Amino acid sequence: MNSYIELSYMDIALAGMLLGINAMLSVYYKLGTEKRLVIAAVRMVVQLTLVGLILKALFAAVSPWLTLLAAIVMVGFAGREAMARQERHFKGVWGYGLGTGSMFAAAGTVTFFALATQFHADPWYDPRYAIPILGMILGNTMTGVSLALDRLLADADDGRARIEARLALGHTFREALQMPLRNAMRAGLIPTVNGMAAAGLVSLPGMMTGQILAGVEPVQAVKYQLLVMFLIAGGTALGVFAAVMLALKRLTDPRQRLRLDRLQGK
Amino acid sequence: MLHIHGLSRPGLQRVDLDVDAGTCIAIRGSSGAGKSLLLRAIADLDPADGEVSLKGMSRTLMSAPTWRKRVIYVAAESGWWDVTVGDHFSNPDIAAGYLVRLGFTDDAMSWPVSRLSTGERQRLALLRAIVLTPEVMLLDEPTSALDPEATAKVESILHEKRAAGTAIIMVTHDKAQAARMAEHRFVMTAGALSAEAAS
Repeated sequence: MNSYIELSYMDIALAGMLLGINAMLSVYYKLGTEKRLVIAAVRMVVQLTLVGLILKALFAAVSPWLTLLAAIVMVGFAGREAMARQERHFKGVWGYGLGTGSMFAAAGTVTFFALATQFHADPWYDPRYAIPILGMILGNTMTGVSLALDRLLADADDGRARIEARLALGHTFREALQMPLRNAMRAGLIPTVNGMAAAGLVSLPGMMTGQILAGVEPVQAVKYQLLVMFLIAGGTALGVFAAVMLALKRLTDPRQRLRLDRLQGK
Repeated sequence: MLHIHGLSRPGLQRVDLDVDAGTCIAIRGSSGAGKSLLLRAIADLDPADGEVSLKGMSRTLMSAPTWRKRVIYVAAESGWWDVTVGDHFSNPDIAAGYLVRLGFTDDAMSWPVSRLSTGERQRLALLRAIVLTPEVMLLDEPTSALDPEATAKVESILHEKRAAGTAIIMVTHDKAQAARMAEHRFVMTAGALSAEAAS
């Protein structure tokens, strides 16, 4: 298995020089992108190096508490990012809590399911499995949840006259929100559906490519990719569903009113 | 029939009002005075304090959709959620009888909403509320986009509904319309409702 070509820091620096060429082109043609490019590249190097070190320590420790702490920090960041991507969000703790809670529940459930059934890690919380799986599911769930919530709250806000016209005619809140609900679910799931449909034809998924480069036999790599895609799709669908349903509940009250007063813009 | 006791919410001071079956109340007042807030609060579209009941039965004892079907609010800006006019009517057959009286042709139910003018939307939004046979109608400037001829058509239908026992609370900017339609006239000033001085 370990027949992969180990990379030296020199190899990576060489690859980085590609960006250096781009930066020089940008300076020469006054494109003004060199600064952003360099800053983003430096950020990536620092962040990934730190993550590598943290993972190394985490994997060595195999502590349930440290693993849990890492998971909580990851979900926390994902929640903040999901909220930042929404144009409107709920006031108060709901703004942060709704997306974060749904992601935590969905990604946590799916990660636990994968650890318990496919990976048989020993101990089950072994961070070498738990953290990468959670990270992959979380990254995709975050995209789905933020897209779905953004769409739902925008449709509810912009469609106020439409929705309240139905409420005033005696339609239930669920009837009045039927279209926004469907649109939001669709918006949240489209990246995942598209990703599955295009996998292998348009692009080789990044994880699979990485594994093949690292010396894994292609059929094995495909199996892993399939597993991961299913976990991602399952986690995203669960997270999007939970977030949209909770948001719908928060958008109304026991008298089936449309409570836009609970929203705030950016 | 409609009994309002101590109804209030931010932007609307305490309102006490009784509306009998078949009567019409007109409310005038400048923009932002709280006229729409009052209608919305009666329809239970916004949270409000106070007691509102219909024929002695508190609205809290019935589901919100049931209440809103019996006490219907027709907003100044009409909302449309589907493609054709007919998609917005629960019983297009009853509506058909009114179409010609409101100045439409028989096939109006198949028209796409996107092609309707503001005045057409206003009349059709009123019609889709009327065909649900509500006991109370809360009308927010129901003829603001209509010419005198179309206004007269709408008023004649409203008079007919009143004769059948429907109570109406109407917000209007038109003093003459208030005089034609309503036996009780009120003015809303900065969220406070008061009876209009006789003139």
